[in-house]
Amino acid sequence: MAVVRTLLYLVVYPGLLFLFVYSTFCEWFDRKVYARLQNRMGPTHTGRFGLLQPIADFFKLMAKEDIVPEAADKRLFNILPVVGLAVVATAGLLLPVWNFDLANPGPTSFSGDIIVVLYLLSLPTLILFLAAWASTNPFATIGGARVLTMFFGYEVPLFLAVLGPAILADSWRLAEIAAFYQAKPLLLLTNLLGFIVAVIAVQAKLERTPFDIPHAETEIVGGTFTEYSGKKLALFRLTFDIELVISSGLLAAVFLGGFPGGAVVGFLHFVVKTLFVIFLLSLLRALTSRIRIDQVVSFAWKYLAPLAVLQLLVTILLKGLLS
Amino acid sequence: MSFQIPIGPQHPALKEPISLRMTVEGEVITDVDMRLGYNHRGMEKLAEEKSWLQNIYVTERICGICSHSHATCYVQGVEKLMELAPPRRGLYIRYLVAELERVHSHLLWLGVAGHEAGFDSFFMYTWRDREIVMDLLEMISGNRVHYAINTLGGVRRDIDEGQKAKILEGVATLRKRSEYYFYIGANEPSFVARIAGVGYLSKESAIALCAVGPVARASGVARDVRKDDPCAVYGELDFELATADTCDVLGRVVVRVKELLESYKLIEQMVKGLPAGDIAVKAPRKAKPGEVVSRYEAPRGENIHYIKANGTDKPERLKVRAPTLANYPATVEMLRKGFIADIPLIFAAIDPCICCAERTVTLVAAGSGEESVVRMSDLRRRAIARHQNAPVKRNAVWPL
Repeated sequence: MAVVRTLLYLVVYPGLLFLFVYSTFCEWFDRKVYARLQNRMGPTHTGRFGLLQPIADFFKLMAKEDIVPEAADKRLFNILPVVGLAVVATAGLLLPVWNFDLANPGPTSFSGDIIVVLYLLSLPTLILFLAAWASTNPFATIGGARVLTMFFGYEVPLFLAVLGPAILADSWRLAEIAAFYQAKPLLLLTNLLGFIVAVIAVQAKLERTPFDIPHAETEIVGGTFTEYSGKKLALFRLTFDIELVISSGLLAAVFLGGFPGGAVVGFLHFVVKTLFVIFLLSLLRALTSRIRIDQVVSFAWKYLAPLAVLQLLVTILLKGLLS
Repeated sequence: MSFQIPIGPQHPALKEPISLRMTVEGEVITDVDMRLGYNHRGMEKLAEEKSWLQNIYVTERICGICSHSHATCYVQGVEKLMELAPPRRGLYIRYLVAELERVHSHLLWLGVAGHEAGFDSFFMYTWRDREIVMDLLEMISGNRVHYAINTLGGVRRDIDEGQKAKILEGVATLRKRSEYYFYIGANEPSFVARIAGVGYLSKESAIALCAVGPVARASGVARDVRKDDPCAVYGELDFELATADTCDVLGRVVVRVKELLESYKLIEQMVKGLPAGDIAVKAPRKAKPGEVVSRYEAPRGENIHYIKANGTDKPERLKVRAPTLANYPATVEMLRKGFIADIPLIFAAIDPCICCAERTVTLVAAGSGEESVVRMSDLRRRAIARHQNAPVKRNAVWPL
């Protein structure tokens, strides 16, 4: 029985199947918001309100011809999309939506899981770089170099911003951090600065405008994905969709008070709060223009990192005041 | 590490085929090599075989965006050769369409600039509003792209009071929107960060490299055929020359939006002051021997047509110098020392119309780089032989 339960946990809920459905829904939501902000209709045709469009896109890509370049490092080139998907899906298991039981820390909810989620969310960046490098295309190589350059910009502010609330809550476990802020909701306001920093850093992590530099189509064609097609590209796109859900779930757990109320109400909290974060990300995407790679790094170190440190300072002072 | 990246002949940033080979050192461009001739259509040769009247429609098809500019430039020249004086109402309608075309071209360019900079919202909004002017053009001429309103000695269609009112209404809406885009283009921080200081072209090099149109004007060179050599109606109308002195892509955006506002002014003046009378005079079938150079300020800059007549009903020679061609040397200068990220922006900032500028083609062997001259019939024979005999080659290597 335990085996079946574990299997269901991994494959159905909250594993792959659920993540697939929910992340495609989030992609639809993102596309729709983005389109409406641009005075367009967005997906309308497949399914009601175009809800099935991302799924249709996924299956269409799965059916397309899959080309591996002659000069590519074939083993790496083939395996990386699967590894990327596995990594973000694993990160999904750790969110406190399905680990709401505070008293029983298990293998998916333990002290330090916030660090593990952050680590698992950093891995896709490295996988993208490797994928770009393995495909040996000049455009992909430049894209890969840009992925890594940008990584050095946004990663530190993101860590600083996300760990701030954890310090105030005095716990490294996501469920406990969320529970702390559920008990004292007013303290959430003190983390507002950190939330803004984290939203911008997540936007950069997900490589969305204004940070879509590694795959800026007008400059370097497909960038990192230039040589990817068919199934592998579909998996990479799914990876990004799931990463969008997990990152917004992480931000919701840390900055928006988590998901109180058990399995059902907590799940509703999860949906509303992740969609709110995704709405902010879409807004940012529609309102800005792509900036240059050097501008990203200087922006991250001149503004984001100092702001994150400021937030940390506020948190520490507040903690001294409270105790 | 220095390597070459090919921008084109096929590339998402390019709407038409041209090959820009960038030698880059990391993200910095060290050298630029520009290859033309992927879209050569033999327009000039074709023009020698068509009559004066038919050629209006040939020249109109040189470009899909500034089609009216080429037709107007040609018609101006032929009218001079034939010593025709088109009626004033005809001229007003001709240049009214010309200004509407400038509006549509500049709005299109603004959208493209937004897209190249990754600012897709700007792109969607400007293109939505471009529909207003496209509808006006369709209302006046019956067509959205190739208006075919010019004829030798005037224009082919008149406009009535209802159309006048609609034009004024459309222009009022567009003016309001353009002012907003002016504000966005010059103030949105992430957009300005991308375009300010990019693609620097000093005033001296703009003059030395013969830059034309908005590129020259953005470098502070006040050069505009409409002012310098006012043809037909422009001498009677009140408008200002838009210039900027920032010498970069930001300046080119500002110049084009300012020109939009000036064009609205011109359109309103022309619609309100439209003289009564005929719209065209009858043109003779033949032109006396002679030659003429006709200049016209197209949306992209100075357009020049050289026309030579030999007394028959066909031109002996028609030479087209499109504004894009004049801007290529300046583009190479602008690209050097820039970032890879700026290539599409800098190149788009000259508003390139590649098919306008294609006057010749060179055959270069892909492997050895040897250039050769081959007859069209030979080329055709070789192509047939190659495809009949050669098996389909998988994973072909395409050297730079």
